Amino acid sequence: MMSELPPFLIFFAAALLVLLVRGQLSKLFLLAAPILTGLHIWMNIQIGDAFTYSLLNLELQFLRVDKLSLLFAYLFCIASLIATIYAIHVDDLKQQLAALLYAGSAIGAVFAGDLLTLFIFWELLAISSVFFIWARGTEKALKAGIRYLIFQITSGVFLLAGALVYFKTTGSLSFNHIGLGNTAGWLIMIAFGIKSAFPFLHTWLTDGYPEATVTGTVFLSAFTTKVAVYALARGFAGEEILVYIGVTMACFPIFYAVIENDLRKVLAYSLINQVGFMITGIGIGTALALNGAVAHAFSDVIFKGLLFMSMGAVLHRVGHVNGSDLGGLYKTMPKTAALCIVGALSISAFPLFSGFVSKSMVMTAMMQEHYDYLWLLMLFASAGVFHHAGIKIPYFAFFAHDSHLRPQEAPRNMLLAMSLAAFLCIFIGSQPQFLYAMLPMPVEYWPYDVTHVLAQLQLLFFSAMAFVWLNKVGIYPPELRSVNVDAEWFYRKLLPVSARNVIMTLSDDKAYIKSSITNTFNRLRNGFSQMSIARYHLSESWPTGSMVVWISVILAAYLLLDSFVYKTIQ
Amino acid sequence: MIVKHLSLLLVMLPLAAAPIVAVLPRGRLPWVVGLIVASSCAILASTQLSMVLQSGVISYELGGWAPPWGIEYRIDAVNAFFALLVSIIAAITLPYALLSVEKEIPEHQIPLFYSAFLLCFAGLLGITQTGDIFNVFVFLEISSLSSYALISLGKQRQALTSAYQYLIMGTIGATFYLIGVGLLYSQTGTLNMADMAALLPQVTELRTVHTGFAFILIGIALKLALFPLHLWLPNAYTYAPTVVTVFLAATATKVAVYVMLRILFTIFPDGFVASTPTGDLFILLGITGIIVASIYAIYQTDIKRLLAYSSVAQIGYMVLGIGFASATGLMASMIHLFNHALMKGALFMAVGAIIYRLGICRMDNIQGLGKQMPWTFAAITIAGLSLVGVPGTAGFISKWYLVSAALEQQAWVSVAAILIGSLLAVVYIGKIIESLYFKPVSETNTTVKEAPLFLLLPTWVLVVANIYFGLNTELTVGVAEHAAQVMGVVAK
Repeated sequence: MMSELPPFLIFFAAALLVLLVRGQLSKLFLLAAPILTGLHIWMNIQIGDAFTYSLLNLELQFLRVDKLSLLFAYLFCIASLIATIYAIHVDDLKQQLAALLYAGSAIGAVFAGDLLTLFIFWELLAISSVFFIWARGTEKALKAGIRYLIFQITSGVFLLAGALVYFKTTGSLSFNHIGLGNTAGWLIMIAFGIKSAFPFLHTWLTDGYPEATVTGTVFLSAFTTKVAVYALARGFAGEEILVYIGVTMACFPIFYAVIENDLRKVLAYSLINQVGFMITGIGIGTALALNGAVAHAFSDVIFKGLLFMSMGAVLHRVGHVNGSDLGGLYKTMPKTAALCIVGALSISAFPLFSGFVSKSMVMTAMMQEHYDYLWLLMLFASAGVFHHAGIKIPYFAFFAHDSHLRPQEAPRNMLLAMSLAAFLCIFIGSQPQFLYAMLPMPVEYWPYDVTHVLAQLQLLFFSAMAFVWLNKVGIYPPELRSVNVDAEWFYRKLLPVSARNVIMTLSDDKAYIKSSITNTFNRLRNGFSQMSIARYHLSESWPTGSMVVWISVILAAYLLLDSFVYKTIQ
Repeated sequence: MIVKHLSLLLVMLPLAAAPIVAVLPRGRLPWVVGLIVASSCAILASTQLSMVLQSGVISYELGGWAPPWGIEYRIDAVNAFFALLVSIIAAITLPYALLSVEKEIPEHQIPLFYSAFLLCFAGLLGITQTGDIFNVFVFLEISSLSSYALISLGKQRQALTSAYQYLIMGTIGATFYLIGVGLLYSQTGTLNMADMAALLPQVTELRTVHTGFAFILIGIALKLALFPLHLWLPNAYTYAPTVVTVFLAATATKVAVYVMLRILFTIFPDGFVASTPTGDLFILLGITGIIVASIYAIYQTDIKRLLAYSSVAQIGYMVLGIGFASATGLMASMIHLFNHALMKGALFMAVGAIIYRLGICRMDNIQGLGKQMPWTFAAITIAGLSLVGVPGTAGFISKWYLVSAALEQQAWVSVAAILIGSLLAVVYIGKIIESLYFKPVSETNTTVKEAPLFLLLPTWVLVVANIYFGLNTELTVGVAEHAAQVMGVVAK
């Protein structure tokens, strides 16, 4: 019986307990949830276990265990434990509940055996996570949160629609390889694509994550996109289109990240860039590539979490993370600086750090499958990562020109969480066999051979040289207080402005057109309830009269149709 | 004895109690009597449903006159289900009514209020119980006339005009129904539903029958507030006393849907409806209603009015299900109307709790109250999520069946409409939640406290029901399946 208990229930039960108790006791539950879940999975759950619950004459499979889901479940337990330690000083009930429900939903999603169960957790992920953004309490965060939620819910709608079509076409809801062979596949792919931040669908991420609370971003960076990566790995492994999408995702954020000033936004872009490596791996679809994608998800959660945590510590102490106004913080925050550098080395894939052992698998798989030109692009992306995340983040925050800010060292719980993550980064990087043993496919790969290490070191040292040189001669884009234009510009600026412009251009010609069009536009904007026609016929002013009109119209139309169109009467 | 006359008792109990309540002294006695009647009816109705599910159709001859000459109460799974819905909602609404009515209705009118309430209740139960098509009209008028009176008791002056408007429109609808019944009677010579169902196949080709059908259809469409014949509804729901809004929103339109189902699927023979424009009309108006009424809802500033428009949109879903004329579609309709009664009941009750404290419920007045009234706020949130159709709530079950029914027919436009409708619901429910939770409290409201327990408990009964029926679908889906069988709808 115990072995069939779906692990997410532990998190949900902890959420219930946190709701009921007050004070320090709730922190015990917060910490216990990921530890107990991890132990429960380790001791009671074996590959092949299943737990189903029937609803709507359907069997909902809340537990389906294989190596892929196990790996992600462990990852989410670790990530949630680290993030909880990092956030243990926060006394906001909303965020505590969100943390438990969010992490629990992520674990529920990776164990979901059918699309409907997946959908349930998909929606829960969206709803619980938005509170990390709203909890910031600013007007900007509120709006960013709403935009975030709209994207997430839209993704859910696509998933539900896809699941239904899938059910109608195949007669089954079970979540295995789906592929792009039919409509259902495309609908589900769009749903996964929104959550994993495909290009042009990514703006919720760069928009929302930097607005979240200090601790909220750490949680956000760990779960949403990784659940989507998991779902893609299970449903769409080997779909070639993903290779191209992944390469685009790995490359385009580089440019934004280099010119962005808000360092947490830089990390948000670099998150997309790292997800790009995973998606490329999934798209290639060979055993090595899939292993690489999944392994990279594992190490990315930890090193990206570490980087977000270090920037969060800066935000916590200084109050902002604008690259232009920081610098010299290493003098008073040396530990944070050191831990940040470990994260930076890992994300840049230095040998002996975690990024190296996972990313090199994807790169090798690309070579094996002869994606030569794309491989070069990925090489560029790797160099870019080193620039914007490996050097820029620690350099501008902790070194560069002295900002004369002298903040305190990060709080102890934050340091502990960061040290745990840093330890894991180095451990995975130097002892990769433990991670490799957990991977879904059998591994016959060892990253530490001469070619790999040398190639990677060359790449890194040349990029470092480029950074130094560019900085010396003053070509490297300086940190400016500016706003960058991304795809969200289309819906936040272009649509409203172009609508206005169309009307303005038209209106120059004739006063008549001008008045009529602007009037219509204004009416639309003021809402249908203000429209005079709607008001007269459909709304409140003269309901009796218009109702009589409507009832006669419908009766007449019905009888006419009945006698002439649906001609069944002689 | 009771078991034998159970079906009659269910209608007679509130009908007989109504005049007694009217002459009771002021104070809480009328409420006590009302509560006893409503709870006994709920027990009777659940017994009736279990009897029907076990041993099949119950036929009760009124006054001992055998059908088709006398009036027959003919109870199958469909009637019993609706009778249960109506009486359970009444039994949950009445505990809520005590405080709310004392606040909103002048003291000397309270006995009359409960009297009218019981009459309306009796009328709605009568419609569900009877097997006689003219008797339906009688009960329809009983329930409508008393609901006009109930609505006019609202505190604002507009209550009177909206009750008057509803009276005129409702009478037009009832007259249409009566004309239709007359035309059918002229061709078949019977008013008994079962008898008419037996005789109609011989005369389906006559234009009189088609015209009669059209009149009935449109008369009932008005009663169930099918877009664009919904114009009476927003005003009536907005200005009526809260308890009346809760009760009518959860029952009156649902009973009208029941009459529609009976006419379409029991009385008229298979294939008749398919030979008329009914299905296409329902799908067209259902889709338009879902989209347009949801957009209206987004722009409302009064929350009761917002929910009223949302009801019009939700009726669109039910009509859409009927329009598919398939077993799944019919099941979806029945499930959704049950679930919708739960969610709208909960929402209107929670809004009533705010009105109890503030006197009004406009977007700009309720700002920030979520923190001061956490339980009310939580109730609105959960019921709102159910309305949106989030998994784990009753609303999801409805949406699931509706979308399945639409997919079965390859009706892609309807699928899109259902999904867009739920996105629009996110927007208008989001507006309420934003106003309640994310806006700062206005200075005049800083002392507002949580609503009293008497209002919260019935609200939470419905909220919990929303979750319960989202997880356990045995009752709703089981009965709906049974009903689809009884109605003889076969999957195409």
